[in-house]
Amino acid sequence: MSLLQIRDLTVRIGDTLVLDRISLQVAPGEILALTGESGSGKSMTALAVMQLLPQGAGISGEITLSGEKLTGMDEAALCRLRGRDIGMVFQEPMTALNPVQTIGAQVAESIRLHEGTGPAEAARRAAHLLDRVGLPAEKFPLTRYPHELSGGQRQRVVIAMAIALRPKLLIADEPTTALDVTTQAQILDLLKGLAREYDTGLIMITHDLAVVSQIADRIAVMKDGQIVETAPTPQLLAERKHPYTRMLFAASAHRVSLPDVPPGPPLLRISEVSRSYAGARQGLFARAAPTRAVRNVSLDIRRGERVGLVGESGCGKSTLTRAILGLDRVDSGTITLDGTPVLHDGRPDRAIRRRLQVVFQDPFGSFNPRHTVGRLITEPCFLQETQMSAARRREATAAALTDVGLQPGDAERYIHEFSGGQRQRIAIARALILRPDLIIFDEAVSALDVSVRARILDLLADLCRTYELTWLFISHDLSVVRTVADRVLVMQAGEIVEQGPTETVFRNPSHSCTKELLAAAPVLNLPPAESELRV
Amino acid sequence: MLRYFIKRTGSLVLSLAVASLIIFTVIEIAPGDPASFMLGLNAQPETLAALRSELGLDVPKVQRYLAWTGGMLTGDFGTSYTYRTPVSQMVADRIGVSLPLALYALALAIVIAIPAGVFAAGRHGRVADTGVMGATQLGVAVPNFWFAMMLVLVFAIQWRWFPAGGFPGWDKGLGAAVHALTLPAIALALPQAAILTRVMRSSLLEVMGEDFMRTARAKGLSRRQTIWRHGLRNAFIPVLTIIGLQFSFLFAGTIIIEQVFYLPGLGRLIFQSISARDLIVVESVVMLVVFAVIMINFIVDLAYAAVDPRLRSRT
Repeated sequence: MSLLQIRDLTVRIGDTLVLDRISLQVAPGEILALTGESGSGKSMTALAVMQLLPQGAGISGEITLSGEKLTGMDEAALCRLRGRDIGMVFQEPMTALNPVQTIGAQVAESIRLHEGTGPAEAARRAAHLLDRVGLPAEKFPLTRYPHELSGGQRQRVVIAMAIALRPKLLIADEPTTALDVTTQAQILDLLKGLAREYDTGLIMITHDLAVVSQIADRIAVMKDGQIVETAPTPQLLAERKHPYTRMLFAASAHRVSLPDVPPGPPLLRISEVSRSYAGARQGLFARAAPTRAVRNVSLDIRRGERVGLVGESGCGKSTLTRAILGLDRVDSGTITLDGTPVLHDGRPDRAIRRRLQVVFQDPFGSFNPRHTVGRLITEPCFLQETQMSAARRREATAAALTDVGLQPGDAERYIHEFSGGQRQRIAIARALILRPDLIIFDEAVSALDVSVRARILDLLADLCRTYELTWLFISHDLSVVRTVADRVLVMQAGEIVEQGPTETVFRNPSHSCTKELLAAAPVLNLPPAESELRV
Repeated sequence: MLRYFIKRTGSLVLSLAVASLIIFTVIEIAPGDPASFMLGLNAQPETLAALRSELGLDVPKVQRYLAWTGGMLTGDFGTSYTYRTPVSQMVADRIGVSLPLALYALALAIVIAIPAGVFAAGRHGRVADTGVMGATQLGVAVPNFWFAMMLVLVFAIQWRWFPAGGFPGWDKGLGAAVHALTLPAIALALPQAAILTRVMRSSLLEVMGEDFMRTARAKGLSRRQTIWRHGLRNAFIPVLTIIGLQFSFLFAGTIIIEQVFYLPGLGRLIFQSISARDLIVVESVVMLVVFAVIMINFIVDLAYAAVDPRLRSRT
């Protein structure tokens, strides 16, 4: 008998059809992965099961949990059910916890709320739960506040809250998307173990097909509010019946081919760069030992070379990036572009700055919403000594937009009129307009859907052939780095622990850190489908 | 937490020192001689010289500054030139009215604003919310002296529940004093309550969109429980800032209301001393007000830390 039964669930918000006759089942102890691209309705399905849809949402169809009908149930009964019978883990561990309450109080709250347990008993059980999710009380007392924990640790707290009353059903909405690969592996293991141990049905919502293929018993693929295909994992991986499923898997495993690296002298030269930050003050005169964010890093990037940089969060990638861009000083060592230091008397050298451009992760946050695309793209032009004429700028804008696959007319529009993938194209156009010597891609494709990501990677490969680009590609996603980098650097605790040609490093990692990263990264191993379609 | 406290205390002392220096400089060293300013254009040279020596203007400025601040530390604020009474005595009397009035008004504002803000936020976009917002719009727009006159008309003249003005003094008993301060406190509180309601509402609305509020709902808390247990404390941080600013205003900026209700408060004292060119009183009262405002900011800073654990560990 199934635990959760969704029949013909349709949800409308205003005039938009968000979910279109969804039918799903989850058995006790089963792990169902709900996958698809953003906007496909994965999270809405979860919220519909929780009966926490946004106000004004119209719902029809039927959801039952162990035979009990959730649709149409009154709010008081639903409150008794949420947290007790259904637990939920959210995507963003940094914000999913109340910042002004201790972790102990937040875990204990679920227990006290549903079972009316006294504070002491609830605290004892909270401590036990935190211990179960890998936060032992000796190291993580109940009195800790969320801001004192890392992202992975916070996600453990959220999981402890969700499993406090051993719910029959656990819904995890992108629980590991914000975490780095090693933490992701631990959290996935934890969720899988809990589902098996407590015989909990687990709905795992994720866009990461590699994660899906590793953890799920059964997969449901969603597109535009509909479930296009659902089958047990091995079967779905082998058959991929629906064209959309095939496209999704192909895009996920998408590889691009880059032109050969021309020989030549190094373009960017980093020699023995160190940067530390002052430790926290521990009294009037005492300070904690300084954090050494980057230690003695040396590397060269040749013109036309594409270099990947990987490492866990906090390994010093961002500090190094800031130093290369001349946004932050270094304690010792030098960074030069074509022989000229990027920092001149502690200030970024403008002549150098216009030869360096960067594309950031967030295509939504990195643009000023009140400027036209044309103005956004030509922003780097103001770094030039002799300003371009307006006509010349228009030409350059049109050319840059055409290069990234948009229309010259798009220059007059505003950023909110574009989708996430288009915005990232605009960011690339902005980076390209001055024909920089080096482009830094800082997690530039991490926030994009797989099909969009595949197209952006194709675009980069095309641009590479046209303009002989040099880039430093920073990403936590090893599969992306593997295809866009000729050479890869692995960073750990501020040091580059391993570097070499990408394929060599990925096939025969020599440093333990690289080995761990590779082992933790979920890999999508697809049996060849009968009718493989190329994207 | 202790480190935060010490740091805040240090900044408090520093602010006071800087403020006293600025006030002293502006009033005593700025162009023009205080004595000739106080006596006006037609003063006799002998009177001027006498006043100069009485005010201690004939000693060096550094020494005068030290004497002034040193005096204030021991409670000696000098003697009023106009009234020939110790400034400390005059100020103490006025604080006895202004401080309770400010606290009374602030308490009323908080008692009105917080439930109203929570109520409006909880019914965001509905009729009740629009109603509360409309009322606050009115409260912000209408000047408080008009409220004051309406209150006097209705509650003092028509129904005779409260006196129309004046203050009997605390020696006539707590009841009588509070009674006299009620209408002015309401008149002062209403516009402040309107502002505070809007801040409370928007702050809570912002918090209600946070991820942890959704987490709380997923735990099984009802909407109301979520707001009270998780929303309120997070929403308080901007509200505290406004409360601090409002207290500073209510403490010394209430001259119009004091005038309407004929209350012997600090605002009137400043106004009268400026009119009478009694610089000694002006200087001391301004310093006192600055002290009060800085103290309030200090208390608000401590309140931040009490509300938000992130501040305790960061500094």
